[in-house]
Amino acid sequence: MQKQLAKMKQSLFDQGYLDEQFIQLEELQDDANPNFVEEVVTLYYRDSVRLVQNIEQALEKNPLDFAKLDSYMHQFKGSSSSFGAKKVKTECTQFRDHCRAGNADGCKRTFQELKKEYATLKKKLEVYFQFARQAGPVEKACRPK
Amino acid sequence: MGSSGFSSPRSDYFPAGLRVLVVDDDPTWLKILEKMLKKCNYEVTICNLAQEALDLLRERKDGFDLVISDVNMPDMDGFKLLELVGLEMDLPVIMMSVDGETSRVMKGVQHGACDYLLKPIRMKELRNIWQHVYRKRIHEVRDIEGHESIEELYMMRNGSEKSSDDSYLFSGGDPISGKKRKDSDIKSDSSSAKKSRLVWTVDLHQKFVKAVNQIGLDKVGPKKVRDLMGVSWITRENVASHLQKYRLYLSRLQKENEVKATGNVCLQNSTILPNESNAAPGNVKSTLPMPMTESKKALYGDVIDPPKTNTSGISFGHYFGPKSEAKIQNQYSWGPGVSFMQFKQGQNPHFQSGHMFDYVHPRPSIKEPDIQVTQVQSHLTNSNSFGQISCSMWGTKNHNLDQYMFDYLESSSQRNSIHGTGSSSASRLWDEEFNSFSSRGPNATDLLEESIGCSNQEFVPQVSPHLFDSFNLDCEYPCDPVEYPMMDQGLHIL
Repeated sequence: MQKQLAKMKQSLFDQGYLDEQFIQLEELQDDANPNFVEEVVTLYYRDSVRLVQNIEQALEKNPLDFAKLDSYMHQFKGSSSSFGAKKVKTECTQFRDHCRAGNADGCKRTFQELKKEYATLKKKLEVYFQFARQAGPVEKACRPK
Repeated sequence: MGSSGFSSPRSDYFPAGLRVLVVDDDPTWLKILEKMLKKCNYEVTICNLAQEALDLLRERKDGFDLVISDVNMPDMDGFKLLELVGLEMDLPVIMMSVDGETSRVMKGVQHGACDYLLKPIRMKELRNIWQHVYRKRIHEVRDIEGHESIEELYMMRNGSEKSSDDSYLFSGGDPISGKKRKDSDIKSDSSSAKKSRLVWTVDLHQKFVKAVNQIGLDKVGPKKVRDLMGVSWITRENVASHLQKYRLYLSRLQKENEVKATGNVCLQNSTILPNESNAAPGNVKSTLPMPMTESKKALYGDVIDPPKTNTSGISFGHYFGPKSEAKIQNQYSWGPGVSFMQFKQGQNPHFQSGHMFDYVHPRPSIKEPDIQVTQVQSHLTNSNSFGQISCSMWGTKNHNLDQYMFDYLESSSQRNSIHGTGSSSASRLWDEEFNSFSSRGPNATDLLEESIGCSNQEFVPQVSPHLFDSFNLDCEYPCDPVEYPMMDQGLHIL
């Protein structure tokens, strides 16, 4: 079971969904917060709903307020970096590049990509955490190679 | 309030128990940072609004050792918070952001951040943040406890952190001043408290200037100068320090020439300002949660002569000349906390050291009596350790200012003697303090007068007696014995 869990995690890393920060959080797990990473991720997804809505609204405006979009995306990127949502973070960076270039199409296109990655990761992590709970507390968080 | 961070038993376990306030509008990060900091055995308080953080800090003035704040927050710019915290609480602040652009980081440093962490933040970065508190503590201990603890600290440091980087620990927020010098300062402070100062005699200074000219001011470095001077007992640090003063002096001269056109009136006004700003700290710090503006008002009544105070903004506007921005004026109106901040903010291109120097040197004529009053007051009204710390710190700062003045006089007199002019008696008094002074053109005060563009003859002679008084009085204040050596330190804050 634990092995399977480790494998699952490894594949999340291999496919580029997660980065090192995820391990950082795992290492924070202790008796007081055995499911710390899950708590963080849940909080992230709960909190970012509002942000995604804000960005969607801002993207409907014409012309786009790039400064505002950039500031939203800065926030989004910051949050996404907290648990190592690598792909989402990459999309954020790209979005901000488009903002700076004043590329409205680029922004909209990237945001669709971003939402996709955001949703995919959510699903994958849900499965992962569910599995992790079943597997019970890990003795020690193991680093993927 | 109540429990003091540094004198409580807790400090035995330092850095465990370090009281950290985290400010971030992002709940995810707040949660993570809280956990991480707790893992470091720090005492953590979290806060998702900058304004709330500020309220909390004002309410519990002595309740935190360190602030970690996000740069981007909806209710208040993190930089603004940083500035306010720096001004009002004088706490070390670490900024964090997902943006690592140099300009952002620079802005953070300019506003007084002691560190700038990039998100995602890791444990290993947080494990080390106690150093910022420790660094501050070194300075404070030096102010209040005497040399033994400095020596202890120094030995501790020697034992544990012998890396080449560690001098950074002592350069504080003052990136301009050379790194190594602080080191040597600490040594000299602790070993020979009152005689540590190297006196730059005319002869020595001439050698120095000759060396500098030979090398060329733009290529000059302390080591080169030292080698060229051929004075074996002088250290690289001595030269570095002197070189910096010399540079400041040159830039100040240049600025004075520019400013002279703006006239004498404003400069006379600016000599009045120090009353206001010197008197302020004692009160601001001791009447705790009082907002700056109020305490300023209150203190006019208490300590100083109200009519003197209004001229500052204007006079400084003029004084700094066209380059000085509105910001500077504003900040000065905050009182001396700002001037201290600016010493810390040496990197800010707008706060060229020349300006600071300019700002400082008109002070000595009148500030001393007020300082004494303020100090006494603070000691009387405040028996908790925070009060003690803060007023002794301010005391020190004031003494630093004395030092600036001395530097000023010194450089003036040196310059004077180089140009072969000068005769006066005003410097007689402080000759007794710096006994070799007599040899270097005693006309310093005349020059001081001339260069500040102040034609009021009466103001100048006051300088020396007051200074002298203050030295004599030193022993009457519990914290003073250490302040004296701090004067050396003062040099480098420039």
